[in-house]
Amino acid sequence: MQVNESHSATRTITVMAVLTTALIALAVACLLVGSVDIPAGEVWSIVTGAGSSNDAWEIIVLDTRIPMIVTALLAGAALAVSGLLLQTTFNNPLAGPSILGVSTGAGLGVAIVMLAMGGTVGGIFGQTAGSYVAIMLGALLGAGAVLLILIVFSSIVKNSTVLLIIGILVSYLASSIISLLNSIATEEGISNYVAWGFGTFSGVSMTQMPVYATLLVLSLAASSLMVKPLNAMLMGTRYATNMGVNVQRSRGVLLLITGVLTAVVTAFCGPIGFLGLVVPHVARLMLGTSNHSRLIPATMLAGAATALLCTLLSVMGKHVIPINAITPVIGVPIIIYLIVNRRKIQYFN
Amino acid sequence: MAQSLISTQDLAVGFKRDGKDVALLTGLNLDLKAGTLVALLGMNGAGKSTLLRAITGDTRPLAGTLCYDGRDVTTMSILERARFMGLVSTERIAAGGLTVTELVEMGRQPHTGFLGRLSKHDHEVVAHALESVGMTHKASSYTASLSDGERQKCMIARALAQETPVIVLDEPTAFLDVASRIETMQLLRDLAQEHGKAVLLSSHDMSQSLMQAHELWLITHDRQVLTGTAQELMEQGAMDRLFPSPRICFNENLLDYQLK
Repeated sequence: MQVNESHSATRTITVMAVLTTALIALAVACLLVGSVDIPAGEVWSIVTGAGSSNDAWEIIVLDTRIPMIVTALLAGAALAVSGLLLQTTFNNPLAGPSILGVSTGAGLGVAIVMLAMGGTVGGIFGQTAGSYVAIMLGALLGAGAVLLILIVFSSIVKNSTVLLIIGILVSYLASSIISLLNSIATEEGISNYVAWGFGTFSGVSMTQMPVYATLLVLSLAASSLMVKPLNAMLMGTRYATNMGVNVQRSRGVLLLITGVLTAVVTAFCGPIGFLGLVVPHVARLMLGTSNHSRLIPATMLAGAATALLCTLLSVMGKHVIPINAITPVIGVPIIIYLIVNRRKIQYFN
Repeated sequence: MAQSLISTQDLAVGFKRDGKDVALLTGLNLDLKAGTLVALLGMNGAGKSTLLRAITGDTRPLAGTLCYDGRDVTTMSILERARFMGLVSTERIAAGGLTVTELVEMGRQPHTGFLGRLSKHDHEVVAHALESVGMTHKASSYTASLSDGERQKCMIARALAQETPVIVLDEPTAFLDVASRIETMQLLRDLAQEHGKAVLLSSHDMSQSLMQAHELWLITHDRQVLTGTAQELMEQGAMDRLFPSPRICFNENLLDYQLK
């Protein structure tokens, strides 16, 4: 198959334009759609600062819908980039933060911190400003612990399928510890925890937003500075070293970025499945490349758009549907398509 | 006397098993000079890849020292080594989703800045490297769509684009048909002869190695490393020490091995 250079540049621009358009359209849809019907004109005047005759509408748009949209698009970009970094670092197309247990590890960290603080298990809802920093640190340590386990095993077992199985096992173990912790939590804690475990983009309040957004934006920016080592790592450790890349250090930096991205999203939104695994593949298929200089921005946009699509679907009905009930519906068919067609897809060979 | 680019003093190479060093080859005093093509020959398991891995700095020597251009390798940074030696190995790569050009461009990594932006000069080097291996017509193809031989040529082009004084290749002609094998050996010989590079390759292709290489490093079946030109080694009867079987002998007219 031939890829003309100018053709590939055109394709990149087209893909970026399509993704950006989809992102904007979905964000607008998320502003307009919800359990409360607000006329589009009113939404417009609220967003532009002209205000509305209905105070409740103003609160819904400014304090619920806008934070939810920002939370979703950052979480989507973050999880998708985590997935991409994990796939390249472990040279495993089926890697992702949820399947390798990084999300569950972060969840366990959250549960332990909340219990240690005498509170109840379950996410960040209703926490004071001081405590959510502790919760986030807990998530970070949990994610970091799982990543360390994965690093240790990846140096012992070279087989990438085995590494996936280890990730899944670690994930089960962390889930079971979370359940055990839950058994000593209060009634209210359990219901909080259950809501958090389902995944939601409505958990970040406007006061928490600066911390959430800053951490994610900085980590995403850091990931886009890693294009050179990421591309070199496609060639394996020996070649990457021969091209001047300190593979051990680069891997450490990449996993640190992945850990922060996954931990922050998990602490605020719950352990969200599939996004991190699926979106990088969608970006690769759309662009037709494994070159990270194009793949990273496309993955961010596609991740943000997918998260907004999930958000839209979750608020369209009479009751809010948990995000984790939607991501598999989108993700599983794509994964099956990839597995069935892996001989035909160039980057698998 | 040509400049010595890689030299070893009492080098011992091998591997670790159960935490203990197992030496395969010891007391090596080798010298790789600018402008020469050296073929490393030996039977399977003799330690060719192990020796190459030590020379490329991928494994630490068990004993002795390894110098690149007179400098102890252990004092050099990864980047300094990358600018000194280009590698073509037998490792599988997961870069099928890159085009041939993108693959070869990776050879410029040790020379580009933090973000890896390529200058006009970098693009020229890449184009020239592709031309040298005769793969310009495949420049826009996905790496995954190449045949084994084509992929090998592109990996050589990647090493060329790295513009290093030394190129080390682990069995570069293993998957190639006879015509490509001859072409590849000729290309590597030209690189040494005309561009003053030192080229070290391991091979099982006796006749091509004997005809094209300026110098041979022979690992005998009892793990001695003998060096010299093909002529010198044949006169010493060194060729018959490559394999332990008395029924396999070297035929100087064929430049290859045969049954007695």
